[in-house]
Amino acid sequence: MKLREWIDKIKPNFVEGGKFPWLKSTFEAFETFAFTPKDTTTRGSHIRDAADMKRTMITVVIALLPALFFGMWNVGHQYALTTGEVMGFWAKFWFGFIRMLPLIVVSYVVGLAIEFMFAQIRGHEVNEGYLVTGIIIPMIVPISTPLWQLAIAVAFAVVIGKEVFGGTGMNFMNPALIARAFLFFSYPTHMSGDAVWISAKHFGDALTGATPLGEAMTSTAASGSEMIASMKYSALEMFLGTVPGSIGETSTVAILIGACILLMSGIASWRIMLSVVLGGGCMGLLFNAIGANAYMQLPFYYHFIMGGFAFGTVFMATDPVTSAQTNCGKWIYGFLIGAMAVLIRVLNPAYPEGMMLAILLMNCFAPLIDHCVVASNISYRKKRAQAQLKK
Amino acid sequence: MKNWKLITTPLSKENPITVQVLGICSCLAVTAQLKPAVFMAVSVTVVVVLSNLIISLLRNTIPPRIRIIVQLVVVSMLVILVDQFLKAFFFDVSKQLSVYVSLIITNCIVMGRLEAFAMSNKPGPSVLDGIGNGLGYSVILIILGFVRELFGSGTLWGYPVLSAIGYENNGLMIMPPMALILVGIIIWIQRSKDKELQEK
Repeated sequence: MKLREWIDKIKPNFVEGGKFPWLKSTFEAFETFAFTPKDTTTRGSHIRDAADMKRTMITVVIALLPALFFGMWNVGHQYALTTGEVMGFWAKFWFGFIRMLPLIVVSYVVGLAIEFMFAQIRGHEVNEGYLVTGIIIPMIVPISTPLWQLAIAVAFAVVIGKEVFGGTGMNFMNPALIARAFLFFSYPTHMSGDAVWISAKHFGDALTGATPLGEAMTSTAASGSEMIASMKYSALEMFLGTVPGSIGETSTVAILIGACILLMSGIASWRIMLSVVLGGGCMGLLFNAIGANAYMQLPFYYHFIMGGFAFGTVFMATDPVTSAQTNCGKWIYGFLIGAMAVLIRVLNPAYPEGMMLAILLMNCFAPLIDHCVVASNISYRKKRAQAQLKK
Repeated sequence: MKNWKLITTPLSKENPITVQVLGICSCLAVTAQLKPAVFMAVSVTVVVVLSNLIISLLRNTIPPRIRIIVQLVVVSMLVILVDQFLKAFFFDVSKQLSVYVSLIITNCIVMGRLEAFAMSNKPGPSVLDGIGNGLGYSVILIILGFVRELFGSGTLWGYPVLSAIGYENNGLMIMPPMALILVGIIIWIQRSKDKELQEK
């Protein structure tokens, strides 16, 4: 029997008066996942863009794929480098793939289960927001993250970060970053340090190896150039991404490919991306000018290629729900994210990576920024109108 | 029956923390472990009950213009007594609670009950109102202390419970932000059960 016929056959069970009316939104979610629904609007006409939520979300997932696949290969690559084992391209990829897969599965199963549950209880449709969050979460954690911790973090992020505010589109903080922040503050030994970033042969164990950010943090070099010389990885390696780190964040190249997809399809805001880079760059240059210690003297562009700066800029800061909505607000919002991220990295010894906290902080301020932009625009136009009246 | 309500409503529909959102500061600060949370809950209850009683007895003699000063004097006296008592008999807990015992003076629940109830009611009902509000505060504090110590440190009252079976401590639980989130969850549960509390 064809899938379409089967779906049509079981459909009456899920409508009002059927056997399982309370499972309606679950059924609808699977039906629309498999086929484009034939339903049309019954009341009034609406102008709809071709890029609805489903298409938007799928585009973001496609944009994430280069970083994801590179991350999988890099997991194997880092293992081979650390242990000295000789592995081919596909062996490395396979090594990373089977270690990455459980993280993705746990993230999706837990997250979607909660989404479906809330959709049933509240009687609204299951929407596609979690498709992106669910793939981002495994990409921004270390490969050795225990699965039960990931499951708790995902549950926390979906319930406290999203569903309490009313579900997709209502949250004011990025759910994926909430999951990461939860892990970071709950289980710091699994989220930072040197012994979490490189997967060992045995599943879930990790080998020792510092990330470039960790090296920069603990470096005892006297000057910036000495620091670069003492680092294990060159700028080119950091740019290409063959360094340890969270799975999806290491390769600036792969992330740039994703950025191109997002920008060409018009889904992410170029204003935010550009202003984050500007903010980080300005802060980096400012530190270069001060130059009080080795970390401050590190050339500013290192901040773009180390750690999660690129990933955060392209995929997290641009989240259309949690970022500022006004054009002017987007510049302020992005600039402050970049500046704050570099500030935290260089000045706060407790947090090697500042991107997560910078974005979460600015997520909180985004509504305020928008409010100020709108209010100042209103007062500007009022003054202009009054000036015209006087004439 | 009416007097009985004075005790029961602050436990649910007019809970000082979850409905009136008062006394949040101390509820975030002292609930990382169960023991200090319980001591704090008892201290606040004692202060609320006694200050309600004293102010209610004095209510007809207090000139309205200086009533806040009078209330403050009474409350601070009681808080100093409680503080000294804790220092004398439970020194370790007193050290753990540190400044938060003295800060009961600024706890909005105490001043709130004096202004809203004791100033205009007889001593009997005032004491009951104090007990009710003290208990309403205590319930939330004890729930928070229980959950946070159990999942944050794996212990209860200092004795290993979850940590004995190899539980990995959740660092976020012992940070104050988690207490705020837990209060939010309690409010969520309470509101979803009690339709009267939901705003339309």
